[in-house]
Amino acid sequence: MSAEIQLDDHSTIIERGRYHMVVSLVVILAFVAWLIHAFAVSDIEWKYVSHFLMVRTIMQGVAATLLMAISAMMLGIVIGLTFAIVQQSGNPVWKTVAAGYVWLFRGTPVILQLLLWFNLALVFPHIWIPGYGSVQTVQLMTPFLSALLGLGLNQGAYITEIMRSGLTSVDRGQYEACCMIGMTRLLALRRVILPQALRVVIPPLGNEFISMIKLTSLSSMIQYPEILHSAQNIYYANARVIELLLVTGFWYLTIVTVLMPVQYFLEKRINRGWSG
Amino acid sequence: MTATDIAAIPASPILEVRNLRKSYGSTSILKGVSCTLNQGDVMCVLGGSGSGKTTLLRCIAQLERYQGGSVVVDGELMGIAAAKGGRFYRLSERQIARQRLKTGMVFQKFNLFSHMTAVQNVMEGPLHVLSVPPAEARREACRLLEWVGLGERMDHYPAQLSGGQQQRVAIARALAMKPKVMLFDEPTSALDPESVGRVLAVMKQVAATGMSMIVVTHEMGFAREVASRVVFMDHGVIAEDAPSAQFFSAPSHPRAADFLASTLGARAQTN
Repeated sequence: MSAEIQLDDHSTIIERGRYHMVVSLVVILAFVAWLIHAFAVSDIEWKYVSHFLMVRTIMQGVAATLLMAISAMMLGIVIGLTFAIVQQSGNPVWKTVAAGYVWLFRGTPVILQLLLWFNLALVFPHIWIPGYGSVQTVQLMTPFLSALLGLGLNQGAYITEIMRSGLTSVDRGQYEACCMIGMTRLLALRRVILPQALRVVIPPLGNEFISMIKLTSLSSMIQYPEILHSAQNIYYANARVIELLLVTGFWYLTIVTVLMPVQYFLEKRINRGWSG
Repeated sequence: MTATDIAAIPASPILEVRNLRKSYGSTSILKGVSCTLNQGDVMCVLGGSGSGKTTLLRCIAQLERYQGGSVVVDGELMGIAAAKGGRFYRLSERQIARQRLKTGMVFQKFNLFSHMTAVQNVMEGPLHVLSVPPAEARREACRLLEWVGLGERMDHYPAQLSGGQQQRVAIARALAMKPKVMLFDEPTSALDPESVGRVLAVMKQVAATGMSMIVVTHEMGFAREVASRVVFMDHGVIAEDAPSAQFFSAPSHPRAADFLASTLGARAQTN
């Protein structure tokens, strides 16, 4: 023993002081207090904020936001899953199509895609729908459908990548085991591969859904009546800009806050059999 | 079924491999392999690493595509069908899936479905491929798990089981499909020594039911004791194909003799 420190049986080890934590806490609290003060003494009329928080137009906006986020996400998941499976199938034609889709939709801004869908009539004045006939594109491309296609197809490109990483995370041996009990590729996907890929896919999908909630605000640009669009309509009339923007902020935060525990429980449930 | 019953059954081939050729790019793995497995026989495939023994098993299971030759299981040509002009075309994925019901496979790394409990693993095939009613599938799965000595562990997930227990579940899962031939791909190579014995005991139990088996293995003791035939592979060809007793007492091929000397010698030293 070359160490000069002597530890006898009664020595205790004292933790290092945490003064730096106390100091940083004081600084942060001071900053927050200043921020609250600044908002409190500003021209914000808080009674407008609380008044408009639950007003009908805003509530309809919240419902429209949720409807769009869920619909676009479902469209994205269907597209993403399809392309991810197709990419793995080994058919070079479809692989190229899937890669091209991801490249195109990830490579351009969502707002541009929304505007293109909304203005589709400028390229195709009429669209022929099988079993229905020709319709005017202006009438077909409502704000809802344009936003759904814009957000859903864009989301699908990202989800393709997520699903692909999920599928490749499942060991090839699992698929071979499926084969050896006589399963076809589709049955193996449904019963074994996808349930296991879900484990890897759920956390990033949850993040994508939370992003999607906020991305829907872009569809206010094409007249889709979600939260932000509703708030704008109100402040164009009464000029209470900051008040209404705070109202929208409150609702986005509320939705996201509610979703986070949902994601947590989903992850817990899907991890059965791994956590032991 | 007793040993005398098995002996009474006239030898008829349940599996025939003819002139199997397989290569990855310019590297040929199997250079024309032919062998026959009779009903109720246990064939051990021995050989050094890279000799092609696992590839042979995977070709039989139709998990690998091969460039030439044929595999016939229970009278059915696997994976391909004859077309006009002496040519053959590959069967569809669905047709091959149906043919695979004739063979059951036990993998080196178990490959149990990790999101399912032991009993769910065993009943998955009967339930979703053979469309057996759920209650019956569960009853049969429980019976098989008890038969492999895992009656207590039915509701455990694979991650909660030891390697040896997982491998026994995997054997039960393969047996649940009532295959004609069981294929074992180095079933004890990933196990600790204690588990090896219990898995080999279950494999002996399977052999005793009269199941036709092909076992790729390094377990010389098992091969000597249980196998009726030994196939020794070397560089993609079958160097020796002999009854087990003959192979172990007097291997005719020099490579086989070397292999035996080195493996059994090593074993003797460690003991």
